[in-house]
Amino acid sequence: MGFLTYLVNGLSLGSVYALIALGYTMVYGIAKMLNFAHGDVIMIGAYVVFMCMSNSGMPAVVSIVISIVCCTALGMIIEKIAYKPLRKATNLAVLITAIGVSYFLQNMALMIFGSNPVSFTSVINWEGLSFADGALKITGNAIVTIITCVVIMIVLMWFVKNTKPGQAMRAVSEDKDAAVLMGINVNATISLTFAIGSGLAAIAGALLCSSYPSLTPYTGSMPGIKAFTAAVFGGIGSIPGALVGGLLLGIIEILARAYISSQLADAIVFAVLIIVLLVKPTGILGKQIKEKV
Amino acid sequence: MKKLNKSTQKLITTLAVIVVLYIVMSIMDGTGNLSSLMSGLLVPVCAYSLVAVGLNLCVGYLGELSLGHAGFMCVGAFTSAFFSKLFQDSIPDVPRFILALVIGTLMAALFGFLIAIPVLRLSGDYLAIVTLAFGEIIKNVINVLYVGVDSNGLHFSIKDQMSLGMEPTGKMLVNGAQGITGTPRQSTFTIAVLLLIIALIVTHNFVNSRTGRAVKAIRDNQIAAETVGLPVTKYKLVAFTISAAIAGVGGVLYAHNINSLTATTNNFGYNMSIMILVYVVLGGIGNFSGSVIAAVVLTMLPEMLRGLSTYRMLIYSIVLIVLMLFNWAPAILKWREEHGITTAAIVGKFKKTKEVR
Amino acid sequence: MKKRMLSLALCGAMVATMFAGCGDNSASTGSSENVDTSGELTWKIGGIGPTTGGAAQYGQGVMNAIQIAVDEVNAAGGINGYQVAFNFQDDEADPQKAVNAYNTLKDWGMQILEGTVTSGACAAVSAETYNDRIFQVTPSASSTSVTEGHDNTFQICFSDPNQGTVSADYIAENGLGNKIGIIYDSSDPYSTGVYQNFATEAANVGLEIVATEAFTADSKTDFTTQLQKCKDAEADLLFLPFYYTEGSIVLTQANKMGYEPTMFGVDGFDGLLGVENFDVSLAEGVYLLTPFAADAEDEATQSFVSKYEEQYGGTPNQFAADAYDGIYILKEALESANLTPEASNEEICEALIAAIQEVNYDGLTGEGMTWNAAGEVSKSPKAVIIQDGGYVSVQ
Repeated sequence: MGFLTYLVNGLSLGSVYALIALGYTMVYGIAKMLNFAHGDVIMIGAYVVFMCMSNSGMPAVVSIVISIVCCTALGMIIEKIAYKPLRKATNLAVLITAIGVSYFLQNMALMIFGSNPVSFTSVINWEGLSFADGALKITGNAIVTIITCVVIMIVLMWFVKNTKPGQAMRAVSEDKDAAVLMGINVNATISLTFAIGSGLAAIAGALLCSSYPSLTPYTGSMPGIKAFTAAVFGGIGSIPGALVGGLLLGIIEILARAYISSQLADAIVFAVLIIVLLVKPTGILGKQIKEKV
Repeated sequence: MKKLNKSTQKLITTLAVIVVLYIVMSIMDGTGNLSSLMSGLLVPVCAYSLVAVGLNLCVGYLGELSLGHAGFMCVGAFTSAFFSKLFQDSIPDVPRFILALVIGTLMAALFGFLIAIPVLRLSGDYLAIVTLAFGEIIKNVINVLYVGVDSNGLHFSIKDQMSLGMEPTGKMLVNGAQGITGTPRQSTFTIAVLLLIIALIVTHNFVNSRTGRAVKAIRDNQIAAETVGLPVTKYKLVAFTISAAIAGVGGVLYAHNINSLTATTNNFGYNMSIMILVYVVLGGIGNFSGSVIAAVVLTMLPEMLRGLSTYRMLIYSIVLIVLMLFNWAPAILKWREEHGITTAAIVGKFKKTKEVR
Repeated sequence: MKKRMLSLALCGAMVATMFAGCGDNSASTGSSENVDTSGELTWKIGGIGPTTGGAAQYGQGVMNAIQIAVDEVNAAGGINGYQVAFNFQDDEADPQKAVNAYNTLKDWGMQILEGTVTSGACAAVSAETYNDRIFQVTPSASSTSVTEGHDNTFQICFSDPNQGTVSADYIAENGLGNKIGIIYDSSDPYSTGVYQNFATEAANVGLEIVATEAFTADSKTDFTTQLQKCKDAEADLLFLPFYYTEGSIVLTQANKMGYEPTMFGVDGFDGLLGVENFDVSLAEGVYLLTPFAADAEDEATQSFVSKYEEQYGGTPNQFAADAYDGIYILKEALESANLTPEASNEEICEALIAAIQEVNYDGLTGEGMTWNAAGEVSKSPKAVIIQDGGYVSVQ
């Protein structure tokens, strides 16, 4: 029974990572940039939900919708000001600007919301399921997060595969120059990607803080890095990869903490990551890119 | 006499500027004209510059993105501080510091080598994440490492102080998250500048050596390099190891300049790795003197902004974004060209105002 | 060409910053007198702590509280007839940045330092103040490495050994638990320090520790595993030596698991009830060590708390109260040593080292506080229990 409990805990932690990783992988797959500010957009999203729900007493769903709108707008503004001018510059330049944006969002939040942690009210009022006379509990948060994750993944995959804008995204991801020749508006496509990625961040923020309810201006940064790791783990750029990577990372983290050492859990997680990447150098579901000669 | 090539000329200019700045700073420090803040920053700035130079070798010439250079800095810092602390009473200051420097550098190089063997099989962002993972492992392990010494010799534990089973008179050397306290302060500005100059000369010679040219060839086209029979793995290993070793030197300097050496996200974790990457990219990828300048500017900047109190880090982040756009955005570069706001023009104006002063 | 231009631009910026630095210097440390705008001598008290970064809430609390105390002291005529100037610098809880902040304050002409807030950074700064002979009190850095070998550094909070030992003794004496589970932050000097002292003393007083679990700064969101392991080991008391930010998550998650041991936090848990929107019923029955209760009835506390709430919003925690006391303790020591700001830093330092050991101070965080030569405060940590959303002292 102990093992099952840990597995469930791992799944619920992993589903949060997966949700964040979806946003990462979406942006990376199409714009080919590591958006280090993603974690901080999540934090902003969580604050918006908090303000709406706890301070203005709005229902959870409305709050999340408002938060999605805010984050989408924020994501597009960031993209427009900080990333778009650098589209033709080296990838590293955009990476550094993303770090600048990350610092900016953290410090902005520090000014607006203050440094004291706030306790986030869960957006889910469901106790969850209980098996074997309460010996095994799955919280409502965990179930909703996993379902949300799977739904978002399926929708994204469908979107990318079957809609016009989605196909444009795939084209941009394959070859920007060729995409232009095909009459695709590359700038608009990338902006759309950021908008979707940031909208996802709002949902991730609400669910992250529902499970782990202490919210500060720095809440997003560490889960952001972990989710980035998860995205790479699953094969960055691959949408199902983000889900698999996130869940596995969560499970490994919890099992390492439970059965090996809680002090060295971080080290073990990263060691497993290194080993996996050595065996499968492009991540679990990553595409093997053939080198051009 | 053979005419010096362009990159050598540039190196000599850089070194000359460093030496002049060194002399100016030393005189000002000696005559008490340098603020405490500035004189306190001299050694750390050199340490960060060293790590940035090391990382630039990796990013600029090997063409691989490493997010774990703070990890090598950490290895250099902790091994050398450990050595200094252990032999604090048994070896005189000067040889002990030299030995500590050698040990710190070698250990960082060793870790760089060990990491490079598996890592260099990967490429791009996968390599970046593995180096990041490595840096995090180092930090995590050091945080739970307990080492003490008593009359029975050394005691190790990765759990806590009690499990060392030491005699009550024993001395803690590495105390888990509290790190190493009381490392002898031996990093001076002179040593730091000397090491920085050596590192710049070493990297310059390296990238212009036979091996260095091979490394550049591999960066530009690995398949072509393989085809002409270059031992790709070997050259990559050499470059990565040197890069790690230089970061280790930075770590040694850092450790011997501060009383309390701890491994946190901000000083040896991914935050620091990313900060060093910022120095490298802002200073110019493949441009060693640029890395030094960027390290100096970006270390000074938040300190100079202290007057803004709570707005400090906010302004800092905005300046960082603006600097990046100013220096990298193609549209802005074009605009600057058209309006004569090229860097040369700015520097020219600045020189004039300085003369007036 | 672009790279070259870039490097030149940065070079220009570098020279500019250096000159800026030198300019600051000549303005602030050129003269040995401490002259403010009105042309009168003032006391220059510096403060250091994290006001940005992950530990910002602790640093900002301290900064605000010192400001309140300084304003009060100035309004009441200052110290020995001289007004107090206060300057607080950010260190992001990083040792190197703390040293930078310290140097900035030195350039400003600081005579006495109240800081830093966190242990790791404080150990680095106390080595500097020791060399420079500047008197230092720290409101909240509880590690022994702060005071060890530094005769000029004094703590207003309890030390780590003090807290760990008192907690173990208290639990043993009152029979609060038979099987102890511990969760601590293995990447934090403060948390590991308290944990180790607790574990040592627990062995002495015969407490059985059944589970010892850790987390790190990088994974401090999910505590379910640590809690589950303590639960499986049948721990009936959890010792939690870390801060309230994580504390609120631990309490929430334990509640969701249906695990209800006695929770025993140390002084880092103070502030728990001030977390906005926190369901205080979760904290019901939690023990913690604090010398300060924001809802205490006495006039001094109420005046401090209302001023804090009015000026900065939120409820001050124990660190803020320690910092507030710090200014008054300095005032008392300066008055008993009969010093004036004309004295050199070294004179002030030596005089205060002697004077503070004679001080017997009643403040927000304890009555009859005295200090020994090792820099430790005499007040003994008192356990309080949270009942009906407030602290109730248990003796």
